[in-house]
Amino acid sequence: MNEKLPSIDAGKLPSYAFGPRGILWWGTLWMMAIEGTVFALAIGSYFYLYVHAPRWPLNAPPPDLLWGTLNTVVLLASLWPNRWLQKAATAQDLPGVRRSMVVLFVFTAAFLVLRAFEFAHLNVRWDLDAYGSVVWLLLGLHTTHLVTEAYDTWVVGALAYTGPFEGRRFVDAAEDADYWYFVVLTWLPIYGVIYWAPRGGG
Amino acid sequence: MSNGPEQLQPPAPPRPPGNSVPATANESAALERTWRDPPGLYGFFAAINHKTISKRFMLATFGFFLAGGLIALLMRLQLARPLNGMVGPDLYNQLFSMHGTTMMFLFAVPVMQAVAVYLVPLMVGAKTVAFPRMNAYAYWVFLFGGLMLYGAFLLNIGPDAGWFSYPPLAGPEYGPGKRVDFWAQMITFTELSALLEAIVIITTVFKMRAPGMTLNRIPLFVWALLVTQFMVLFAMPAVMLGSTGLIMDRLIGTHFYNPAQNGDVLLWQHLFWFFGHPEVYLIFVPGLGFLSAIIPTFARRPMFGYTAMVLALISTGFLSFGLWVHHMFATNLPELGKSFFTAVSMLIAIPSAVQIFCWLATLGTGRLNFRTPLLFVLAFFFILVLGGLTGLMLASVPLDLQVHDTYFVVAHLHYVLIGGAVFPLVGAVYYWYPKFTGRMMDERLGRWQFWLFFIGFNVTFFPMHLLGMWGMPRRIYTYTQEMGWTSLNLLATVGAAVIGASVLLFIVNLWRSRTHGAPAPADPWGGGTLEWAIASPPPAGNFDAIPVVYGRDPVWEAHERDRSAPAGVSGLAVDAREQLITTVLDARPDHRYVFPEPSIWPFLAAVATTVLFIASIFTPWAVVWGAVPVATAVTIWFWPRRGETARHLSLEQSP
Amino acid sequence: MMDILSPAGPQAAHIRELWHVTVLLCTLVFAGVLSVLAYVLWKRPRAGEADTPDLAARGAPEAGPRRRVSAAVAASVLGLLFLIVASVVTDRALAHLSLKDALHVEVTANQWWWEARYDDPQASRVFTTANELHIPVGRPVIFTLRSNDVIHSLWVPQLAGKKDLIPGRTATLHVRADQAGSYRGQCAEFCGFQHAFMAFTVVAKPPAEYEAWAEHQRQPAAESGDARAVRGRELFLGTSCVMCHAVQGTSASARRGPDLTHLASRETLAAGTLPNKPDALKQWIRNPQQFKPGVNMPATNLPDSDLDALVAWLGSLQ
Repeated sequence: MNEKLPSIDAGKLPSYAFGPRGILWWGTLWMMAIEGTVFALAIGSYFYLYVHAPRWPLNAPPPDLLWGTLNTVVLLASLWPNRWLQKAATAQDLPGVRRSMVVLFVFTAAFLVLRAFEFAHLNVRWDLDAYGSVVWLLLGLHTTHLVTEAYDTWVVGALAYTGPFEGRRFVDAAEDADYWYFVVLTWLPIYGVIYWAPRGGG
Repeated sequence: MSNGPEQLQPPAPPRPPGNSVPATANESAALERTWRDPPGLYGFFAAINHKTISKRFMLATFGFFLAGGLIALLMRLQLARPLNGMVGPDLYNQLFSMHGTTMMFLFAVPVMQAVAVYLVPLMVGAKTVAFPRMNAYAYWVFLFGGLMLYGAFLLNIGPDAGWFSYPPLAGPEYGPGKRVDFWAQMITFTELSALLEAIVIITTVFKMRAPGMTLNRIPLFVWALLVTQFMVLFAMPAVMLGSTGLIMDRLIGTHFYNPAQNGDVLLWQHLFWFFGHPEVYLIFVPGLGFLSAIIPTFARRPMFGYTAMVLALISTGFLSFGLWVHHMFATNLPELGKSFFTAVSMLIAIPSAVQIFCWLATLGTGRLNFRTPLLFVLAFFFILVLGGLTGLMLASVPLDLQVHDTYFVVAHLHYVLIGGAVFPLVGAVYYWYPKFTGRMMDERLGRWQFWLFFIGFNVTFFPMHLLGMWGMPRRIYTYTQEMGWTSLNLLATVGAAVIGASVLLFIVNLWRSRTHGAPAPADPWGGGTLEWAIASPPPAGNFDAIPVVYGRDPVWEAHERDRSAPAGVSGLAVDAREQLITTVLDARPDHRYVFPEPSIWPFLAAVATTVLFIASIFTPWAVVWGAVPVATAVTIWFWPRRGETARHLSLEQSP
Repeated sequence: MMDILSPAGPQAAHIRELWHVTVLLCTLVFAGVLSVLAYVLWKRPRAGEADTPDLAARGAPEAGPRRRVSAAVAASVLGLLFLIVASVVTDRALAHLSLKDALHVEVTANQWWWEARYDDPQASRVFTTANELHIPVGRPVIFTLRSNDVIHSLWVPQLAGKKDLIPGRTATLHVRADQAGSYRGQCAEFCGFQHAFMAFTVVAKPPAEYEAWAEHQRQPAAESGDARAVRGRELFLGTSCVMCHAVQGTSASARRGPDLTHLASRETLAAGTLPNKPDALKQWIRNPQQFKPGVNMPATNLPDSDLDALVAWLGSLQ
């Protein structure tokens, strides 16, 4: 049984790949599907309670626009260094990855601090009424994503400096960038709901 | 690569040659060493081979099934006579809550994922699942969540508000103490596990199929599990969100479900049933997959109507998200809305009917081999069909308003779940046990088990249709003689004992066959899909050389391959866990990828997660400080090791 | 008896018609599927695992099975459409119950008993009772449904389908009894410890008898001359009973438990749990937990003679 059969030689193939060629991209996609569904259902719950309420907000002024809008600007601005990271990662440009990670680190600090101010200026407690509860829920859900995204960025960023490094780690960095897009883009409707729905003639 | 990274990269050994097709004895031995679990106690906790994890997972779900079944026997004993003093209302409420919760969250859905984790890589021609460490983590999280729940139960603080936990009964005012909190947190454990498993299975099917396994060559079993996992992705978030709201209402004073502060009791029901209806299809659709795997083998022909079957699976999965309000027909929702859900609840029967007729056509044009797996599958046509028909009755609002929340529904749900999922699952165990263990199960014991189960099941659950029609509500711990429910309840209890006997036979058969079963060849049943191409039990890396596939039943079609066409994939490393990644639609080879080595960090991360989840039942601050060990464990899990990186570098080739 | 197939009014009767039609169709389908299966299992040749699978089927047109499967699917679609239409038709019939001259009863569910307030445009004609609802035969009744605590469900199978009583929401149920009789109902949504013993009775009587009953219910508590009963009344007003129970015509006006003004006119005690007899009442008052463990009513630790007096007085509350 020494006879070799015709075969496809996988040895010639690359050992990692970017984007939908690779499994990490798909894993990240399904994660986004899950979390996107959570956000959609949470927003749905917000409007469910809204249509069943006599007035909205129920017993509190709407959240202060300043901190949420400021944070939205910061998050949108972060898309530029994030795009830089994604391009550097896909081009396997380690200095580019490192530098964009430093900039993104500053952004993570900024948006986490601003998020704390947002919570402090919601103008309602979570245990006051259903409005307070659902506003804190929405902001809290998004915050868990901000925290995990920030942590992911710090870890992958640190790795870019300390090593051990290999080509595949660029894929990790590229996926971090993809997830960053997701965190920022999902914020936009949530921002709209938290800050503008109570002002929309509720 | 630009300058700088060289000092980050450990020195790489030269690249060894990959496997040949067929693999040589040396290559085979090397692959076995590469893919198997590490030895010893450390190896037990560090194991990430998908077959190892799957077997543990199946065993755990089976353990929970037995626990849930014993609880059911206690319930039946209590209900066997009127005004029975065996079990009081407090314990009874815990019993039925634990029974439902166990069967739905700790058995029926996870067991299907566990079986998928074993078989899907084999059936698509892969050496592993897509994210083996995350797969291991998901198993441990599941196990710890189930153990937590049973720990609470054994301490007499088990949930007592039903498996569906409706507020306000499950809320802070009427559900004092920690009971419902344990239930809500068990949800968190099991939905996390299920969601992660879904990611693993979907990605494996999408990206790791053997070359040539185009979409329309994927086995129907794999299609069924794929559809199921997509349903998990979109359904589980609803119960996750709902149970988070419930635990927040109970722990930190939110008002999601508190009408006094403009929350809504029905918000819970919408969120729960938006999950809850697809949930039952998470159980049913894999059952359909089992039928599509077993029937062709025992009818000696490929499935009739493959494309229709795939479309039926997809439309069932899709439609299942449009039914949930039929659990809420007795509430004061608008009547016009309810009629919409009646229509969809009836129409979902169409894809199921398509499948049933295609199976009948396959059997009707095949040559039949009446072995035990087929027997269990045939029971589906009696039990599930009957249950599906009572489901049509429940789909109608007027009919439902009479029998909702009565034993009629108890009958219906057991007919569809046991007929549609458990009988096929038992058949699947008989079918694949030889593959998992290398031994055949005993056919005679199997037949005895089958008949006891079939007869016992019908004796237990058929009378419940009548009990519901005669006014017996669900979830009552006793009743009086005047109601006229006594003899049918006694009959149901007798039937339950017969089911218990059949389960005992099953356990005996499973246990004895490990050592006394006839040794099983690679393909004891003459099956056509790829799992039958390898030894029983499979080698640690499944395939020494990943096959190339040219049809839907590769093992049956193997002799048809053109002599010059590739038979397998060569060139993959034998000293590293290297797997081929292919394209989504056509499964063309795209790149190779070295999969992670065994690691104890998924286990440790699961322990940290467990601490976080359980502590947060008692204090919300646990979410903050509990996150630190979790983050630490996950970071160490991910952080690359120098040795592993060096090995990767020896195989590295940039895209 | 609580048999859904023994209707005493039009709502339950419409549902029964739909039931019969559906069961007939489903039985035919079931028999059809099983016959085909039985035929196939009987007729098809046998094979073993070593027998070569029939791969020719892959490319074959298989026109015969294709036709049969398509026909079966088409028949299924027609059957389902029929069932949908039948269901909608029944829905409409249920919604078209004439509500002319309806009686209005507000039912509020509590753990684990039913309060019924008979509404009337004239405030003086409003009265409240518990667990036993009398209604006139032939006249529609509009039940307004609310809950004071958790979700319950009102279900009297011989008259109509059930409706949930949901805290924070108000639901309605329209019912008419066309035959005189006593119809048992039971809570049909799990509501805690004593969900099993939260029954009620709907007593349908000819209109004149109903009016007599209603008029009687409007009266305050009967005055009894019996010395033991008088002593019982004193005890009632002097102990914890008045913290939960109301008796019109006395100072007791709490609504946490059932209204006892006409307790003696009811057939059962404790939401259908016990017969309304003196010794049962006495045992109940002494220790309700014995019959309904977990119930909200505490034990009453009085000497025997006091309990007898209490029971005597309560027994006079016709």
